[in-house]
Amino acid sequence: MSPYVFFPLAATIIAFALGVVLNRHPIRSALCLAVTLFLLAVVFVFLDAHLVAALQIIVYAGAILVLFLFVIMLLNLEADVPLKRRRNMTLAASTVGVIFAAATLRPLFFGAGELPGIGLEAPVDAAFGSAEAIGHRLFTHFVLPFEITSVLLLVAVLGAVVLAKKRMG
Amino acid sequence: MIPEISWTILLPTLLVTGTGFAVLLADLATTGPEKDGLGWIGIVGLVVTAIASAALWNTQASGFDGTIVLDRYALFFNVVFCLAAALTLLMSMDYLGTIGLRSGEYYAIVLFATAGMFLMAAANDLIVLFLGLETMSIAAYVLAGIWRPDLRSSEAAMKYFLLGAFATGFLLFGIAMLYGAFGTTTLTTITAEIGPSADLQRTLAFGGVALLIAGFGFKIAAVPFHAWAPDVYEGSPTSVTAFMAAGVKAAAFAAFVRIFMHTFAELAVDWRPVLALLAVVTMTVGNLAALKQTNIKRMLAYSSIAHAGYLLVGMVAADSLGGAAVLYYLLAYGLMNTGAFAVVIALGKRGEPNESLDDYDSVGLRHPALGLCMTVFMLSLAGIPALAGFTGKFYLFSAAVGQGYAWLAIIGVLNSVVSMYYYGGVLMRMFMAEDGKDVQGTTHRPYLTATLIVTTVGTVALGIFPSWAFELALGAFQSLG
Amino acid sequence: MVPATYFIALSVILFVIGAVGFLVRRNLIVMFMSIELMLNAANLAFVTFARQQLNLDGQVIVFFVMTVAAAEVAVGLAIIIALFRHRETLNADEVRMLRW
Repeated sequence: MSPYVFFPLAATIIAFALGVVLNRHPIRSALCLAVTLFLLAVVFVFLDAHLVAALQIIVYAGAILVLFLFVIMLLNLEADVPLKRRRNMTLAASTVGVIFAAATLRPLFFGAGELPGIGLEAPVDAAFGSAEAIGHRLFTHFVLPFEITSVLLLVAVLGAVVLAKKRMG
Repeated sequence: MIPEISWTILLPTLLVTGTGFAVLLADLATTGPEKDGLGWIGIVGLVVTAIASAALWNTQASGFDGTIVLDRYALFFNVVFCLAAALTLLMSMDYLGTIGLRSGEYYAIVLFATAGMFLMAAANDLIVLFLGLETMSIAAYVLAGIWRPDLRSSEAAMKYFLLGAFATGFLLFGIAMLYGAFGTTTLTTITAEIGPSADLQRTLAFGGVALLIAGFGFKIAAVPFHAWAPDVYEGSPTSVTAFMAAGVKAAAFAAFVRIFMHTFAELAVDWRPVLALLAVVTMTVGNLAALKQTNIKRMLAYSSIAHAGYLLVGMVAADSLGGAAVLYYLLAYGLMNTGAFAVVIALGKRGEPNESLDDYDSVGLRHPALGLCMTVFMLSLAGIPALAGFTGKFYLFSAAVGQGYAWLAIIGVLNSVVSMYYYGGVLMRMFMAEDGKDVQGTTHRPYLTATLIVTTVGTVALGIFPSWAFELALGAFQSLG
Repeated sequence: MVPATYFIALSVILFVIGAVGFLVRRNLIVMFMSIELMLNAANLAFVTFARQQLNLDGQVIVFFVMTVAAAEVAVGLAIIIALFRHRETLNADEVRMLRW
């Protein structure tokens, strides 16, 4: 990916991610989240993850965000407390966050050695990231996790119904 | 090719999940008090699963392309989880009727959570671990909030959910770092690759380990990741609280111990000081905060935090004695803590939970049997000799001393002394205080009585004959290889 | 060409924004959205490492993360609705037990 594409894209993603966190109104946060997720799908395409990119838009930006928006509309939410009123917490959390980011990023850029692997320039097989290749891996090595997700989703469905239905019994 | 389906490896998980389905189906055919029978289906399923796990004791197998293993370690934990879940179901059959929450889904969700725990203990792949953990956690969030007419229950679910999902974020990012460092999520492959390596790979591995510690720290409620525990323990229905303390905590430790004491054994030099510090802070903060509590469930929540600290001492020892001590202590803790919560349930009735410590004044004089049970549990939690809690702490601390962590053991012992003050305080109130409120639980409660008998006998028996269970725990830990 | 370290850096920054957002915001839904940001940061790291090592596992894992995220959203929003039925607020400070 060319730096001329990467840096503007990364800057936009970060800006919208900040928008999720900084907007006082939940609806605006949700819309910022939608843009962030969409732009991440673009990054995925550049990383040869085509199927993942498509699903990111369908599942994440589509289904999951619609659920968020639906609940916000249903509950008719008002704006949040401004961050100024929570200055101490905001300062403390931001400081810890910046320290964590610095501690992680410093060795990444200035540390010795390279990331394990062959690098992004390496030529890639056309099948890499295709539905077929991923499906193959999903149903061989990851077949057990795949089956576990069925129980996971059952629990989630059961739980959501139990918690949100009108009355018990 | 689809890898061979190894039914043996999945047998315990399949049995529990199948029982969950059976309960869900039977739920459709029952109404009102008949729903107590659903608990019986669950208990029978769990007993069968525990027997099956015991029968598989000599197997050592790995399957599904190496993503899951069946070893004594997993089987030992299967029995612990079955015990915790069965005791929870047993006392729930009385408790749910008392609070007016007869719901078949409750039993099914407990069983599905148990299936998630099995997967966590048997996982040989970080993704299997992650999905098992999520199955268990989502089930636990729902259980915390299942008593919907009670505001506290909904609030507890909210808090547990938000902080749990936050912890999931850390755990997942840690897994991503480890995947970046080793190019795989399979634990045995990671073990083989750890060692002298390129600098950046080591950095990634460190980042991953640190994030995993934070993620597991939330799940076991270690300080400073414990903020959720008191409110969630207080707000959840009491039987669910018991399940969280005995089952969920044991499952988190099952995965934590396997990953750190086995997979990352090479990196022990690096994580031992961190866990030692975590242990000291967790024990001390938990015990000191417990001193000030006025609600018995909150007090037990802080006591549960402190116990996570004692268990971390065993992990710091990082040898097979320490590992076996953690396994033994989780079993003992499950018994005595579930018992203590059963006493809390026994003293409450509909609309009158009687959870304040003031409600315990002179209870032991009016209900001698309950008083006797509570004495056993409190003394065991405090670590008085001849009870399960004492032997457990003895194993934990002597493992630490054996590995040159005598100072940590001393801090642990000092903390136990502090804890005697608040555990003993409950007993003082129960037997010494005069003219307390005449607390009357609902009288006829056969299932609760059965729970109390099992836990009391278990706590005493584990304390008097500890070597048998300890040998099993040692065999289990050594099966990690 | 931009090396993989830059993508990982972006992922770390997103993760930190999400984590800090969770800690400073008081609206339950926005806190929840911050968690989604953290999960997406992890997904970006998985996809980058998958490409860096030409190893599809990372991409497959993203599917599992999406499944978990969907399950969490379903349960989380159900809890939010159950809570909202009790009191008409989603401000964490007004929920008595949620102060920290």
